[in-house]
Amino acid sequence: MANPANGTPATFRIWSGQREAAAFKDFTTTVTEGMVVLDAVHQIQAETAPTLACRWNCKAGKCGSCSAEINGKPRLMCMTRLDELDLSRPVVVEPMRSFPHVKDLVTDVSWNFRVKKRIKPFKPRKPDAPDGTWRMQQADVDRVQEFRKCIECFLCQDVCHVLRDHHKHPEFAGPRHFVYTAALEMHPLDTENRLADLKGTDGHGGIGYCNITKCCTKVCPEHITITDNAIIPLKERVVDEYYDPIAKLFKVFKPKG
Amino acid sequence: MAEFLTHEHDVIVIGAGGAGLRAAIEAAAAGGLSVGLICKSLLGKAHTVMAEGGMAAAMANVDDRDSWKVHFADTMRGGQYLNNPIMAELHAKEAPERVRELEAWGALFDRTKDGRILQRNFGGHKYPRLAHVGDRTGLEMIRTLQDHGIHQGIEVYMEHTTIALLQDGPNGRVTGCFGYDRELGRFRVFKAKAIVLATGGIGRAFKITSNSWEYTGDGQALAYNAGADLTDMEFVQFHPTGMVWPPSVRGILVTEGVRGEGGVLRNSEGKRFMFDDIPENYKSSTADKEGEGWRYVTGDKAARRPPELLTRDHVARCIMREVKAGRGSPHGGVFLDIAWIKEHVPNAPEHIKKKLPSMYHQFKQLANLDITTTPMEVGPTTHYIMGGVRVDGVTQMTTVPGLFAAGEVAAGLHGANRLGGNSLSDLVVFGKRAGEHAAEWARKQPPSKLDESRLDNAAKEALAPFDRSGGENPFGVQHALQDMMQEKVGIVRNESDMGAALDALAKLKARSAGVGIDGNREYNPGWHTCLDLRNLMCVSEAITRSALDRRESRGGHFREDFPNKEAAFANHNTIVRRASDGSMQLSRQPLVPTRDDLKQVIEENK
Repeated sequence: MANPANGTPATFRIWSGQREAAAFKDFTTTVTEGMVVLDAVHQIQAETAPTLACRWNCKAGKCGSCSAEINGKPRLMCMTRLDELDLSRPVVVEPMRSFPHVKDLVTDVSWNFRVKKRIKPFKPRKPDAPDGTWRMQQADVDRVQEFRKCIECFLCQDVCHVLRDHHKHPEFAGPRHFVYTAALEMHPLDTENRLADLKGTDGHGGIGYCNITKCCTKVCPEHITITDNAIIPLKERVVDEYYDPIAKLFKVFKPKG
Repeated sequence: MAEFLTHEHDVIVIGAGGAGLRAAIEAAAAGGLSVGLICKSLLGKAHTVMAEGGMAAAMANVDDRDSWKVHFADTMRGGQYLNNPIMAELHAKEAPERVRELEAWGALFDRTKDGRILQRNFGGHKYPRLAHVGDRTGLEMIRTLQDHGIHQGIEVYMEHTTIALLQDGPNGRVTGCFGYDRELGRFRVFKAKAIVLATGGIGRAFKITSNSWEYTGDGQALAYNAGADLTDMEFVQFHPTGMVWPPSVRGILVTEGVRGEGGVLRNSEGKRFMFDDIPENYKSSTADKEGEGWRYVTGDKAARRPPELLTRDHVARCIMREVKAGRGSPHGGVFLDIAWIKEHVPNAPEHIKKKLPSMYHQFKQLANLDITTTPMEVGPTTHYIMGGVRVDGVTQMTTVPGLFAAGEVAAGLHGANRLGGNSLSDLVVFGKRAGEHAAEWARKQPPSKLDESRLDNAAKEALAPFDRSGGENPFGVQHALQDMMQEKVGIVRNESDMGAALDALAKLKARSAGVGIDGNREYNPGWHTCLDLRNLMCVSEAITRSALDRRESRGGHFREDFPNKEAAFANHNTIVRRASDGSMQLSRQPLVPTRDDLKQVIEENK
């Protein structure tokens, strides 16, 4: 990879403009040591293009706001160092393509918030101790903490072909919400059952559409093993509940009422 | 009047970090009220998400000697006794219940061996007190509140900026607020009977900061312009450990949790310089030998804490001293070493990754540095403002009727310096109180009429930068302000620098009145920055004037021309208020008195 000397110019090919009228536009700015893509976008904003829109907050990979596609890969702009990119060619920076475009690097991600709201919330069991508190072992907590690391950057939603290519947004919740559901289902205290919703295709499930290509896992900046640890166990639960022939037999002969 | 989109709620909360979400949840729980929550970013992205170390609450799960009394005394000592003792008392008493409530809403804290919530050591806290989740406690808190909050019937307005509060006459009760949505730039009117400000801090007034773009002092400026008092604005916390290299990450926070887990500070000579200067009031509780500090962080109850865990103001100044004396690291910081614990811990790299996962990734990805083998370079970064909007300690109401404030935007709990971990607990303790009392207030209010001329004026002012196409770039003025504040009103202050800062501010204000912007109102960061500048100028002036008036050094405020604490400044808070001619007026307000029983608690825990 090219490791630029301090003070060399580099070109950034940024998707610019609003909705249908947007197109790539080249901007050149000077690269200094340690810079990330978000720094370059900010520098361009301050120098030549004050209206250039992008979302960002923490600039440390913790808030998941600055999601974009950099040289074709879904990534956080704040965690993508320029010295790992080939700066002899323009760096291509695009908005996430699975969501409606708003302006420049900003997309309308509100669909994600609507889906989440429809997933049944946390419902704890009765407290374990008379003082109203619970007891949990670290090992049980650890399993779920992996899912709770999610920063809701929606890069997994962006890369998922069910959403990106097949536009199944009305039927399919997407990897982010399977991780969310897994965190709830495997929460040591939770008592709710979300299997019917996961199986259904009315907007907060559709887990059957996932054919475990693991693209989501590859792009997760928090390194959550989305497919193996969240989606596959949920799929297994759905299968056990609805498609297990032996269990079905038991259900047939189970006395009613 | 121009036609504006209008929304009507009983209670409006501005800001959706920990305090805002908690306030909105409480106001909604009161029942029968309509609650609106306005935030500048997407939901769940507020600055709370960055909090790392933990949430202080005297649950005594790890050390049964802990109690609300010790927590109260620690908070007052840390704040150099300028705190509002009523708030410090409520905070210490209510924090444990707020932690348990988060658990009931789904938060998963790290556990003790017997399955209870684990607590860790932190600077200025006598016992291990911080409930935490590795080093991403803030994310756990905000996600828990968010995921609970979305099912409470709260109307959320994401990516909306508030530019004015509406009132029933000058300095009168609040009747709503006015702002715009960032996506399309459409103005919106929010009618409300009570408003809770939960907008966070002011870090963007400085060049080196751990704060996100949102921290432009919006709430402080909105309150000030509505006639509310600001207090303690001279007390800005410079966190001792921010990243210093490479330049683009300068200021990003390195959690105090690194030191809580045994990390030590060394200068270029390899010396643990924190042993060189231990303040008198912490001598009895601080280790004077290297080995004792390690025993403390590993839970030996007989050991005293290492000097690296002294209060943040002190640690930050010690680092500055080393750098100035030429004993700094190559890029102008000092070394923070956690890798050394391999002398004591088998499989130390795995242990460090488990305890400090986001620090490990942050350095690995942004600085090409493996913290399990190599010391980090760190230096002070603007982190937090102890001062803010003056509130009633019990209800969180400001001096403007119907206007409440909670979290960083409010002042009082932390006095002259905040202890690490007391911020997350502050958010939920006083967020809840603000929501509860805002709801109660809203119930009692008669309907009100909006001041239409105020709306038209606010809209006209907000659009002025578009009429100045070809005017100065707003980012240029913002950077000039940040450089100036960093240099002249930063961690080490003096009379002449701050006098010069006031002159510079006057010039910058004139420049910001001339900033211009092209394009349209849709998602236009240049325009947003034009509007942020007004708030940044306001809080910068308040900080500078307050800091000039306090001719002593105390807590986060350090004057090299008055390097000691002075008795003459021990009994008042500094107040900033807008005079009727629009100028900023300063006064001194006697401290909120401490009840005798609380005085005794302080004595017993000295």
